[in-house]
Amino acid sequence: MNEFLHQLASGLALGGVYAIMALALVMIYQATQLVNFAQGEMAMFSTYFAWKLMDMGWPYWRAFAATVLISFAGGVVIERLVVRPFAKAPVLASVIVFIGLALIFNALAGWLYGYSVTSFDTPFSGRPWFGNVYMSAHESGAVAVSLCVLALVYAFFRFTPLGLAMRAAAQNPVSSRLVGIRVGWMLAIGWGLAAAIGAIAGMMAAPIVYLDPNMMAGILLYSFAGAVLGGIDSPFGAALGGFAVGVLENLVGAYAVGAEVKLSVALAIIVGVLVWRPSGLFGRRLVARV
Amino acid sequence: MSGSSGSQRFAATLAVLACALAFPFLASGYHLYQGAQVLILAIALLGLNLLTGFNGQISLGHGAFFAIGGYGAAILTAKFGAPYWLAIPIASLVCFGAGFLFGFPALRFGGLYLALATFALAVATPQILAYKGFDAYTGGSQGVTLVKPHAPFGLPLNADQWLYLVCLFCAAFLYWAVRNLASGRIGRALIAIRDQPIAAEAMGVDAALYKTTCFGVSALYAGVAGGLSAVAVGFVSPESFELPLSFAFLVGIVVGGLASLGGVIFGALFIEFVPNLADQLTVNFGESAKALPGAIYGVLLILVMFLMPTGAAGAARAAAGAVARRLRSRRGAKIQDGGSAASAAAKYGGKGEAT
Repeated sequence: MNEFLHQLASGLALGGVYAIMALALVMIYQATQLVNFAQGEMAMFSTYFAWKLMDMGWPYWRAFAATVLISFAGGVVIERLVVRPFAKAPVLASVIVFIGLALIFNALAGWLYGYSVTSFDTPFSGRPWFGNVYMSAHESGAVAVSLCVLALVYAFFRFTPLGLAMRAAAQNPVSSRLVGIRVGWMLAIGWGLAAAIGAIAGMMAAPIVYLDPNMMAGILLYSFAGAVLGGIDSPFGAALGGFAVGVLENLVGAYAVGAEVKLSVALAIIVGVLVWRPSGLFGRRLVARV
Repeated sequence: MSGSSGSQRFAATLAVLACALAFPFLASGYHLYQGAQVLILAIALLGLNLLTGFNGQISLGHGAFFAIGGYGAAILTAKFGAPYWLAIPIASLVCFGAGFLFGFPALRFGGLYLALATFALAVATPQILAYKGFDAYTGGSQGVTLVKPHAPFGLPLNADQWLYLVCLFCAAFLYWAVRNLASGRIGRALIAIRDQPIAAEAMGVDAALYKTTCFGVSALYAGVAGGLSAVAVGFVSPESFELPLSFAFLVGIVVGGLASLGGVIFGALFIEFVPNLADQLTVNFGESAKALPGAIYGVLLILVMFLMPTGAAGAARAAAGAVARRLRSRRGAKIQDGGSAASAAAKYGGKGEAT
């Protein structure tokens, strides 16, 4: 029982990371009906940036804030320079461009920082929180940070004029433009937010999975699984799906198939959901108008 | 296409084939091995291009089918004593089945879901191959070793030459097959499903059947390539089938030209020699040169989509069209056929072209 609770708890820690990554994916999906395959590598690159800042002697939270801001700016720039020209291109062209971006970030990280596996500091060290024996301090901290991000994103979209404008631009671009919303910029801000959220996910994951240029491939896959499970057009569903996948991955890895083939859990979830309930648990059914 | 360009193309095909046939008697050793690798990659790219270029289905996981073909051939020869000429077809039929079944769940949805599912397949495959439960057959993370085949009937060829010729025969046969497939009724149906899915169904094209079968055939090609590769390398292990392999296939068809069958040879040359070049640079510039193939691949993917969505084949077509136009205008003839139409088609995505 103890072992079971332990697995459950550490599943929640990575689940939080998957949840906010899935949220970032859904944000871009809602606005463009595209899945950003470069999300993971962008997050990995941001994490390396934070590591570099800390290596230069910056304190954790200052490096954290700087990384989030820089990632936001980077996301906006990428949208403007690379993604924008393909706005009207077929899905295939966009997917190819995303793969290109992923390869570039991966190569850039390898070139700048090397391919060796590095450890990454955590701000949550010391004794476990609230006498919680099932989670390390970092795991509790990662869950707390993930929940904070989810709450902040919810508040941003629900209570701020900018959030409202972004939702409008995603839902009905033509009418939004008519009432004076700059739809193109809303999209760029969406990319910036997704990149910033991804950076937080990377910094929360790195102390657990360690830092190397390929660290995000698995995490991105689980986030895909979370987003598909919860419904790729539902932010709430995707976040919940992320937590669920984190727990499921850990439990199935520990008790059913063994930790060394855990990635096939994500494969099974994605294929299974596509076969039985393609809209996910909380997504809208897709109805195409002919 | 006018008649003259048809006969030109035939002549070009013959010339390429003649060069390819002469190659094993001029080159030797490692160069021959590289030549075989290029042919193997070209086979895999043919299959992926049929799926992605012609039918518009995005697969980021063809490395997995390549792996099934490779492991299938390796296990059949090393553990069951089957000869390689029997093992490769059996393994590729298994791939056809796997591809057909895998194409199924993504059928009813946009190409994006297929991209997601195949991405998952590509990431998960190395772990599944290394799984301890299959150790007896797959050798876990150690992999399986094969014996290199020798030329039969006492032919005066060494093993490298024979293997190259086997790959050449397979590549030529599979090229001929996919070309016939793509230039007839089936090819038109595949393209119609890509460009106008609803209209295609309204015209009576069974989109579901075509899409799954296309996925199966595409996986079969990847399987043949994987099997040949296992025999040529003499070794399979999980780490040869990781995500970068699937990405390299995508790079190959994009650089060679989407929906261009002739372009796969450019693509295959490209993805064979760029990593090689990087390996050589590693000697001089150390570890950081390892990043080079990824960087080149990534930048090229974006640039090609930006500037030349038809890839190398499209560029060659446009150049040939420009030369033909210039020649004609020098002769003072009016421009009304072939060249300009070909370059126009090349410019607008070369839809329906089967080069």
